Amino acid sequence: MGLANMGAQAILAFLLKRIALSIVTLFLLSIMVFLGGQVLPGNVGRAILGPLADQRAVDALNHSLGLDRPLLVQYWDWISHFVQGDMGTSYIFRAPVAPFVIDALGNSMKLALVAFIMVVPLGILGGIIAALNVNRPIDRIISLGGLSATVLPEFVTGIIFILIFGVWLNWLPIAAVWPPGSGILTQIYYLLLPALPLFLVLFGYIARMARSGMVEALDSDYTRTAVLKGLPWRTVIWRHVLRNALLPTITVIATQTGYLIGGLVVVETLFRYQGIGSLIFTAARGKDFPVLEAGILTIGIVYAVATLIADLLYSVLNPRIRLGTDQ
Amino acid sequence: MTATDIKQPDLPASASRRSPAMEVVAALGRSGSFLPGLVIVLFWVACALFGEYFTPHDPLADDIINALMPPSADNWFGTDQLGRDVFSRVIVGSRDILTVAPLATLLATIAGTTLGLFTGYFRGLVDDVISRILEAFMAIPVVIVALLAIVALGTSKTTVIIVIGLSFAPIIARTVRSAVLSERELDYVAAAQLRRESALHTMFVEILPNVIPPILVETTVRLGYAIFAVATLSFMGFGIQPPSPDWGLSISSNYGMIGGGFWWTVLFDALAIASLVIGVNLVADGVQVALND
Amino acid sequence: MTEPITANALELHHLSVAYRVGGRNRAVLRDLSLTIRPGEAYGLVGESGCGKSTVALSVVRYLPRNGVITAGEISLAGENVMKLDNESLRRMRAERVSMVYQDPGKALNPSIRIGRQLTEIFELRGISGQGAIDQAIAMLNRVRISDPVRVMQRYPHQLSGGMQQRVGIAMALANDPTMLILDEPTTGLDATVEAEVLDLIAKLRQELSASILFISHNLAVVSRMCDRVGVLYAGMLVEEGTTEEVFNNPRHPYTVALLRCLPRGGQRKDQIRLDTIPGFLPAPGAKITGCPFADRCALADSRCHNELPPLHDLGDRLSRCHYHERAQDLPRTTPGNIAAAAVVTAREPVLRIESLNKTYAAHGQALRAVNDVSLDLMPGQTLGLVGESGSGKTTFARLLLGLVPADEGGTMRLDGKPLAPKLESRSADQVKAMQIVFQNPDSALNRSHSIRHIMGRALRTLAGLKGAAQQKRLVELVRSVRLTERHLSVKPRQLSGGLKQRVAIARAFAGDPRIVVCDEPTSALDVSVQAAILNLLADLQTKEHVSYIFISHDLAVVRYLSDQIAVLYLGRIMEIGPSERVFSGPHHPYTEALLSAVPKLDEAEQSRVRLDGEIPSAVNPPSGCVFHTRCPRKIGAICEEQEPPLFDSEPEHKIRCHIPFEELARLQKKQEVVTA
Repeated sequence: MGLANMGAQAILAFLLKRIALSIVTLFLLSIMVFLGGQVLPGNVGRAILGPLADQRAVDALNHSLGLDRPLLVQYWDWISHFVQGDMGTSYIFRAPVAPFVIDALGNSMKLALVAFIMVVPLGILGGIIAALNVNRPIDRIISLGGLSATVLPEFVTGIIFILIFGVWLNWLPIAAVWPPGSGILTQIYYLLLPALPLFLVLFGYIARMARSGMVEALDSDYTRTAVLKGLPWRTVIWRHVLRNALLPTITVIATQTGYLIGGLVVVETLFRYQGIGSLIFTAARGKDFPVLEAGILTIGIVYAVATLIADLLYSVLNPRIRLGTDQ
Repeated sequence: MTATDIKQPDLPASASRRSPAMEVVAALGRSGSFLPGLVIVLFWVACALFGEYFTPHDPLADDIINALMPPSADNWFGTDQLGRDVFSRVIVGSRDILTVAPLATLLATIAGTTLGLFTGYFRGLVDDVISRILEAFMAIPVVIVALLAIVALGTSKTTVIIVIGLSFAPIIARTVRSAVLSERELDYVAAAQLRRESALHTMFVEILPNVIPPILVETTVRLGYAIFAVATLSFMGFGIQPPSPDWGLSISSNYGMIGGGFWWTVLFDALAIASLVIGVNLVADGVQVALND
Repeated sequence: MTEPITANALELHHLSVAYRVGGRNRAVLRDLSLTIRPGEAYGLVGESGCGKSTVALSVVRYLPRNGVITAGEISLAGENVMKLDNESLRRMRAERVSMVYQDPGKALNPSIRIGRQLTEIFELRGISGQGAIDQAIAMLNRVRISDPVRVMQRYPHQLSGGMQQRVGIAMALANDPTMLILDEPTTGLDATVEAEVLDLIAKLRQELSASILFISHNLAVVSRMCDRVGVLYAGMLVEEGTTEEVFNNPRHPYTVALLRCLPRGGQRKDQIRLDTIPGFLPAPGAKITGCPFADRCALADSRCHNELPPLHDLGDRLSRCHYHERAQDLPRTTPGNIAAAAVVTAREPVLRIESLNKTYAAHGQALRAVNDVSLDLMPGQTLGLVGESGSGKTTFARLLLGLVPADEGGTMRLDGKPLAPKLESRSADQVKAMQIVFQNPDSALNRSHSIRHIMGRALRTLAGLKGAAQQKRLVELVRSVRLTERHLSVKPRQLSGGLKQRVAIARAFAGDPRIVVCDEPTSALDVSVQAAILNLLADLQTKEHVSYIFISHDLAVVRYLSDQIAVLYLGRIMEIGPSERVFSGPHHPYTEALLSAVPKLDEAEQSRVRLDGEIPSAVNPPSGCVFHTRCPRKIGAICEEQEPPLFDSEPEHKIRCHIPFEELARLQKKQEVVTA
């Protein structure tokens, strides 16, 4: 019991430290977003109304948006409200931002989930198969194919998939807009095509990470020990190799949520899906800075939470962190 | 006397090998991915430089009467909604992306290497502060950071270069930093300190040459992602601006009609982008294999 | 012995193994034949790169991916290993052969508890559940682990190196193998821990029937553990015979030369230069016509260069030399004796250290790495620093150099002038006066720079030389470490380990230093190379009148080069004095244990002072005398309660112990009588 207790404490201490770091990161991010949204553009009113608008109209707009106050006041006003769930008012919709962001986030989560459920097992499997066949053709195909897939922009693969599955074969709907009141299966059906480009980008990352972890574990001294004990090959892989090999992959999967969301901007636009990506895109087009800022900061929070979960998993699974040394 | 009278041991240099540079070149040849990748990349570079002399049609000339014609003997890849020849546009469409992406990568490499050297070498407070800021940067996908910055600053090629360059710099800085951290533990750095070399000398003359291989790998990999990012931004309307025949831009203006069956207006541009990024990626893979040998 | 009843434990017939590098097969083992009889312990010795470990991995068929057996046969207990299918191979590994590895920390799975790693072996034999646990506990008891139940619950990283290796041995013995392969099992362990592990292996040998293949670069270890020994050179067996015959009456010039390279029998720098082996080991894959050792052998003639000598059967022993009967006539490469250097009369120390401390913060706790160290270093003399890991010897060296600032309070004086703790605060003269030769030249020399650049930069910054003057001095310097100008244009990786270390030494001497710290300068090198480096250091000291602070875990090496010796334990000086007094004793019980822990070539089995337990952590040092937890001569509560002072036992010889000097002398005398 003493041991278990010690482990829980070690994990808690580790977790608290990680949370503190995440908060610092988010704080810095909020400053950057604030700078990008409210300082860099210079005159926001002018940016919204365009070069031909009357200066008085611009001033009035700036005043009504509170943009003529000192920066520090503006930042504090923005962030303190944000923390309480008030993300400001959209310039374009003239309505609170929060409901838009929350709805969109929910939709994006659905899409991301469909992509993740496909890619995580397959990516890991691909990496394992490649590693077990190092330098054989199957390894080169998975490695190079996966690597190439990660650098193909989602709109490129998206277009090609739309042409193949949507236009020529006519198997899948080309817009992720399902009829109102559709059930979960129908929704997934509509999300398959948009999930494919995301799948491709992530597959390469995860497979590559799983492969290198596996190769390292297979080449390790402890695997040699296990093999020379005379353990059956399956036992060596399942008991000795996999756990050590896949630990780092967990972290990678979490950090990939960031890239996944980056891909959402394009994919959601391409497939006309009402997610956080298309929300950000629309806001960017319309220079709707409150929506833009809220969207980006939300993504930062999602990313921070995802890495936190990954770190927690990692520390639970890794005895070196869980127990430390007791000498 | 002692030293001079003793029979000298024979001291030949142990098996003198090929120079390191030659070995890398040989390994690049062996890697199997480098050469095919290089051929693809060079093809598009050639198209960007000389393509305009070979295109059958003016890539920018409208011909509304012949708009949206499917591929034919005259228009091999068909025509777009303004009647422009898709084949000619694809051939010269690499021009902008092949200036913007490499320049952005170059900027990222220079900024990232410098940052990485400083944070890795000084560690401590400098490292903590800068690393935190870089991490905050990396919490957001590059495309979105770029989006925010370009919306704020206004669209131009220079903005795209700077924004993508600076967004990639933290990633390169992270690679360089971890390489520098392990170099710093090596005794030649302590030896430099015992000669009281300046920090700049130690960083740039002692350490930098040893971290070139990971920088080179990271740079070639980043070039692929820079093309990815530029194409994506152009597709979204925040990158390269009309009337450039840029691939991403062309897809952006034509994909709305995809449901109508006008596949040729987007497919060839998509394949062109795909071939370019895969080519760069094959080169990167070759470089990685060769330098990690 | 009459006709053996069972088959030989291991037979290698004309085994050749190559590694595929850069598209070419490079031979590592060449036509190797050897036989290990049932119950026999066979030692395989040789320098790095001679193929020792490849032999072990071939036997268990676990060569790296690029390794191929190009010819020959391996038979284990009469069965041809190379013909086994996967399942039979697995069964052979499970039932008949086991291995103990060099790096126990890496050989154990980091994410599985020790207990599980043991019980899975018993499960292979159909013993599971509580039965397997009981067996595992019994096995841990057998390797003298005192608290097996607790150890079973641990993960490898929670155990010390010595404990990890015990577990490794327990795992190897768990299947009751007929063949046990030990591949450098104690390399990398501290001397006292190594001694315990070797003791354990020796004891287990008496309890078990297994035949042993013991692979080591350390001749003394092999001589202690093995019945017969084979000497490997460039992948060939050059000599084989009983341990006693081979080490006392070698019949191959390589063995002869190798034995002469070792500093032994209390040899000192002012009496003799060590013998060396000129030249280099043939690179793996090199084409060898004739005798592989011919290029380095002073006895070689044209026959040796053209005709590969067969393994001459000399009755119970073998030698691959055309002139095996003359092997011991091999001329020395260095004179056997040298004129004693003029005795220096300077009585002012070049360096005076008083109560130097260094505290690190480790996980919120204070770690006292160096604790109240005071000492003097005389000009032109060598101070040897001896101690195991955690003793603070390397930290101490870094404090002197200013690479790490010492705590406030202590003082350092160089030539009477105060030396600031921080390098930046020292004068230019002070900086160039103290330089260092690091342990690993690969780390110490910048691999991107040519030798010319490395040395030129040192001359420019330390000696302030530029242009023609710099070039002139550069050539002198290169020659003084017996390199040639040819070596200037290459990069470090094109040089062998010994040559690289010469470059590092030359660099340290660029600014005419007063003191050079040598931090284990030969421990990454083979013995033949080590001898040449030690000779070089001794010659440079005579010529340049420089002082050394010489750090090493190898007592014979320290003894050869040192005038004074300080023995460190947990950051404290336990004993300090003139080299010969420290070695001849009476000494501190820790020094006594260290000395007796070293396996020696020239002595038969001696009774040893054993140390119990682990080296304690410096974060939490024991109360009282820090050595009391392991001290075999502990006298009582006073040792646990009071830290003894460093007491002047006889002129210039200080010992930190509660036992009076006369009593130590009496106790240690008695010990000697018993052994004699």
